[in-house]
Amino acid sequence: MTDSKYFTTTKKGEIFELKAELNSDKKEKKKEAVKKVIASMTVGKDVSALFPDVVNCMQTDNLELKKLVYLYLMNYAKSQPDMAIMAVNTFVKDCEDPNPLIRALAVRTMGCIRVDKITEYLCEPLRKCLKDEDPYVRKTAAVCVAKLHDINAQLVEDQGFLDTLKDLISDSNPMVVANAVAALSEIAESHPSSNLLDLNPQSINKLLTALNECTEWGQIFILDCLANYMPKDDREAQSICERVTPRLSHANSAVVLSAVKVLMKFMEMLSKDLDYYGTLLKKLAPPLVTLLSAEPELQYVALRNINLIVQKRPEILKHEMKVFFVKYNDPIYVKLEKLDIMIRLASQANIAQVLAELKEYATEVDVDFVRKAVRAIGRCAIKVEQSAERCVSTLLDLIQTKVNYVVQEAIVVIKDIFRKYPNKYESVIATLCENLDSLDEPEARAAMIWIVGEYAERIDNADELLESFLEGFHDESTQVQLQLLTAIVKLFLKKPTETQELVQQVLSLATQDSDNPDLRDRGYIYWRLLSTDPVAAKEVVLAEKPLISEETDLIEPTLLDELICYIGTLASVYHKPPSAFVEGSRGVVHKSLPPRTGSSESAESPDAAPSAGQAAEQPAVIPAQGDLLGDLLNLDLGPPVSGPPLAASSVQMGAVDLLGGGLDSLLRSDVGGSPAMGGSGFTAPGPAAPAAMGAPLGSGLGDLFDLTGGVGTLSGSYVAPKTVWLPAMKAKGLEISGTFSRQVGSICMDLVLTNKALQVMSDFAIQFNRNSFGLAPAAPLQVHAPLAPNQSVEISLPLNTVGSVMKMDPLNNLQVAVKNNIDVFYFSTLYPLHILFVEDGKMERQMFLATWKDIPNENEAQFQIKDCSLNADAVSSKLQGSNIFTIAKRNVEGQDMLYQSLKLTNGIWVLAELRIQPSNPSFTDLELSLKCRAPEVSQYVYQAYDAILKN
Amino acid sequence: MKMIHSLFLINCSGDIFLEKHWKSVVSQSVCDYFFEAQEKAIDVENVPPVISTPHHYLISIYRDKIFFVSVIQTEVPPLFVIEFLHRVADTFQDYFGECSETAIKDNVVIVYELLEEMLDNGFPLATESNILKELIKPPTILRSVVNSITGSSNVGDTLPTGQLSNIPWRRAGVKYTNNEAYFDVIEEIDAIIDKSGSTVFAEIQGVIDSCIKLSGMPDLSLSFMNPRLLDDVSFHPCIRFKRWESERVLSFIPPDGNFRLISYRVSSQNLVAIPVYVKHLISFKENSSSGRFDVTIGPKQNMGKTVEGVVMTVHMPKAVLNMNLTATQGSYTFDPVTKVLAWDVGKITPQKLPNLKGIVNLQSGAPKPEENPSLNIQFKIQQLAISGLKVNRLDMYGEKYKPFKGVKYITKAGKFQVRT
Repeated sequence: MTDSKYFTTTKKGEIFELKAELNSDKKEKKKEAVKKVIASMTVGKDVSALFPDVVNCMQTDNLELKKLVYLYLMNYAKSQPDMAIMAVNTFVKDCEDPNPLIRALAVRTMGCIRVDKITEYLCEPLRKCLKDEDPYVRKTAAVCVAKLHDINAQLVEDQGFLDTLKDLISDSNPMVVANAVAALSEIAESHPSSNLLDLNPQSINKLLTALNECTEWGQIFILDCLANYMPKDDREAQSICERVTPRLSHANSAVVLSAVKVLMKFMEMLSKDLDYYGTLLKKLAPPLVTLLSAEPELQYVALRNINLIVQKRPEILKHEMKVFFVKYNDPIYVKLEKLDIMIRLASQANIAQVLAELKEYATEVDVDFVRKAVRAIGRCAIKVEQSAERCVSTLLDLIQTKVNYVVQEAIVVIKDIFRKYPNKYESVIATLCENLDSLDEPEARAAMIWIVGEYAERIDNADELLESFLEGFHDESTQVQLQLLTAIVKLFLKKPTETQELVQQVLSLATQDSDNPDLRDRGYIYWRLLSTDPVAAKEVVLAEKPLISEETDLIEPTLLDELICYIGTLASVYHKPPSAFVEGSRGVVHKSLPPRTGSSESAESPDAAPSAGQAAEQPAVIPAQGDLLGDLLNLDLGPPVSGPPLAASSVQMGAVDLLGGGLDSLLRSDVGGSPAMGGSGFTAPGPAAPAAMGAPLGSGLGDLFDLTGGVGTLSGSYVAPKTVWLPAMKAKGLEISGTFSRQVGSICMDLVLTNKALQVMSDFAIQFNRNSFGLAPAAPLQVHAPLAPNQSVEISLPLNTVGSVMKMDPLNNLQVAVKNNIDVFYFSTLYPLHILFVEDGKMERQMFLATWKDIPNENEAQFQIKDCSLNADAVSSKLQGSNIFTIAKRNVEGQDMLYQSLKLTNGIWVLAELRIQPSNPSFTDLELSLKCRAPEVSQYVYQAYDAILKN
Repeated sequence: MKMIHSLFLINCSGDIFLEKHWKSVVSQSVCDYFFEAQEKAIDVENVPPVISTPHHYLISIYRDKIFFVSVIQTEVPPLFVIEFLHRVADTFQDYFGECSETAIKDNVVIVYELLEEMLDNGFPLATESNILKELIKPPTILRSVVNSITGSSNVGDTLPTGQLSNIPWRRAGVKYTNNEAYFDVIEEIDAIIDKSGSTVFAEIQGVIDSCIKLSGMPDLSLSFMNPRLLDDVSFHPCIRFKRWESERVLSFIPPDGNFRLISYRVSSQNLVAIPVYVKHLISFKENSSSGRFDVTIGPKQNMGKTVEGVVMTVHMPKAVLNMNLTATQGSYTFDPVTKVLAWDVGKITPQKLPNLKGIVNLQSGAPKPEENPSLNIQFKIQQLAISGLKVNRLDMYGEKYKPFKGVKYITKAGKFQVRT
């Protein structure tokens, strides 16, 4: 007796019949009727009309019947909210049932009824169940909080359920812990900025304990949660790794991959010299390989992830090439992935094996796979230089098979090999030309034409070959047409005498008979080039091409690092960050790998650019990105001094908009760092990069520009040339470039506003975010007339240093908001520190000596100023212009030593010793030692020195 | 919401025969994207497991001629979903003896109850067969009859005992009159052999499947003669990892009934013995519509045991019309539609090696096939674990009775391919 009988009632009066049966007095008949209803539901039939009758069956002692009714309720409550209220009482009663199974069932089902009216009744029973004595009920209730949050987030917060949920992380039962973590992670997903999962070493310890004891699914939740934690140092990272490693031997592949994610991420913090680092690397290989013996679907996901891991740390799987060999009955999606990884692992050591395999694959049945195998041979040639010759001969063998699609693919890749190794394998051109007639795919035809054009001087009958293509010019695809045009022009430039007619012909075909704008454009350009300046044409058309390398198909490193944080997720399958494809992920926070925290790489590196590694060492309290965003958005965007308040609504709109897109990409940043994370030495490498580009740091470029601001003289301090801070692209046509200056005690921000839009701009205002030295505009931004399109205006904005202070990273980072009648725009820039050097920064000699001794040696920082051929006096006077004062000068063993002091606007003194070697003209590096009670400024003082002395 | 939003079960002819929604109802039309992918893939095995649609992701597995298609709405670990779907299929297999459309349709209400019990709000709830069976009784012919007479239900109403203990895989109060513990050491050889007979790639995938029927809470220790062979192992959650790390002993409180204790891999770095060799000559004449086929299978490193259950399957090139062969042993079939040649050889006797020989007829006028077919070989060797793994002893603690113990070894061909 089977359930299939339930499907047989497809007669007309089915619903009526069921209705009658549901209202039957006989229990058995009722149950059978509910089963029939459920059966109809499973195949997508609409049985919602029976709602009241089914709900009537709910009050029963029969657990099976109850479950069935619950199943029905969950499905249809949404469409019958008024009716669903009828069920509430039974739920509330069931939540008090002595049997924990029924309590749990009730709370579970209630959460699945997505009806607003009902959710309010849920709160009390849920609160009780969260504190139930039975862990089975507690763990079910934990999940219910997540469900409720999805229906009504505000309600959950108001009722304090989130706190209760957080408490459950410390529950004694591992299953409850796992479910609480899962629920919190889910809620946190919709609130990226909240610090719901604010992990600390204690809670991490609890999670690690629960990890060993909970179910496999719970382990996945916990591991994914651990992956978001940022250990405070390498020791903590190692100890977590040690406790996670046993998960690599779990039978559930999802557990294994989540564990791999945690390890790959935390490994980043371990020093490579550590023995443990090597051990860990060794432990990672076997589980990854084992994933490949699972079901094909699992293999596929595993392979996509291995592809990332191999790019990040090739050493893990470098000896495991053979496991990626393709079996003929692998599904095609597995075959293609394996092939890709084989190429990534290919090296001089194993290339012979790989090529033998690839050649084998090239004779398989599946056309797509064969094509990819042929391409793979080409990629091997490009990747492993020593193998190029073998690859080419393998490809030639394949061309000999005359299998049409193999030949075409081979020609496409040989073109790439020519690009990589010019003038090496041209001997094969003859063989290629033999196959000209069999090429029917545009890509292959285009590749062949490129080869003929590129090597026209070596192919005797190049003109004939190209001419033969020209006959059917209009039937070719655009790709081929473009290539043919270029090839014939190349041919003409190489052998002008015989090919004049041909080039005329192709140019007229392209410009007169074609309606493809790309083709016409290219045709016209060539025509004009050839007619006006054939020498220039030669330089343009026959210019040396950049070599191609295997990097072209590697994932870009920053994206790779981000994807490593997403191992095991959909992002890792698509090789795109979640923000790029997950619907509704506006709030998705970018993740990044933790910086290495080894102590060996201290401030020795003289490079000025603040790298993520250096920044991480500063024991600074750096505000988390979330806060920064908040700050910027809260800026009062009116003129800061006494301007009237702006129309708030429009400004707000703009701000919200920006949060969605613009700022997100501008401040491409890290884990949704809570302040605690920031405190643990974690910094966002992201925001520094765009800022550095726009900042006047690269002052070496100075001489390329006509310096508009006065070059540093004795009267005023050095002013860097203006650079673009806000490109027009990012600000709806408003371009802002600028620089900073200091003259007789006052700091100025010299701005040029350019309107590159088509409409007039007006109502300008400017505001700064809080910053390290309290820089703030001392007056409103005065733009007297509206800015017409294509007009520029120069403004000198006076600044003071009485604004509110917040430590930035890098220290001299300034985040600026500029508003006009169109929108609000944000940018950040780095200001040179010397604008903060005050005029009374000359220290007394005695004082200097005492202070120098007084500041501990750890605070001393050494820098090198490279390639500066000034003598001591020139240096001294140049620096004095920017308020760096020389207190004493000594000559020790042929070296000039300058002792200098400077004071920042906030009263910080910096003492310097500058060593110059005038006697040795070939040795032009100056050595700078800086001592300061706040050593984090040293690096920026050095940058200022460097900028001033080199201009 | 998290994890799996909906699940559709689809048969090979593209009928959706069951749907389950954990949140709101997702229209069946979402499956159109799946059908599209299926059409593109031609072969059912080649449908990609992760498909993106404008509003959802479809993650699917293909098991026993059924597609399990889950609908996902947010970023989610795909392996999690795939593992879970396989677990669902395993559970159906376990409950109904087979995971087929008929079995699922015949037990649709149990299926529905199971799905509800296995996943709550997208969080897996109870996926251990032991626990599920306490919550929802599997159907037996006898029970259905009894149920319909007495009106008793097949839903348990006690809290499953294992659910919350630290050993969630075992229920309390297990009782047997005969206490038995059986272990099957099963090894499969995956290998690719090239034209000349040398091994391109070989590894052993081993598992130890257990059938444990022991009363109470037995605590078992299983030790091996040569545990060093096991350097790449995946464990059932019941195994104490620390003990294995330090002593190389499998120490565990077993689940009740059938389960997989460990799976392991002996990789190509160690020498993998290849128990059979194949001599082959498959050739097609240029400009003629025929070819020759001559294959002989012989024993190689089989440690003195008999190689049996030998079956060879070959996907012949498309141009092959039919094959006229003579087998010295066993029987062969050739399916002219799928172009699959299957030769059921049986046992190999070294004195008289099995041979299959004859003429291949090609479509007239078709070009000579370029590809060389791979030979897929299956075989079995009883009483042998080809890696040499041997169980040393099994000890039981915690219970007083003396169980009956047994270990069986078997070696099989996994993906064993010979290129020609």
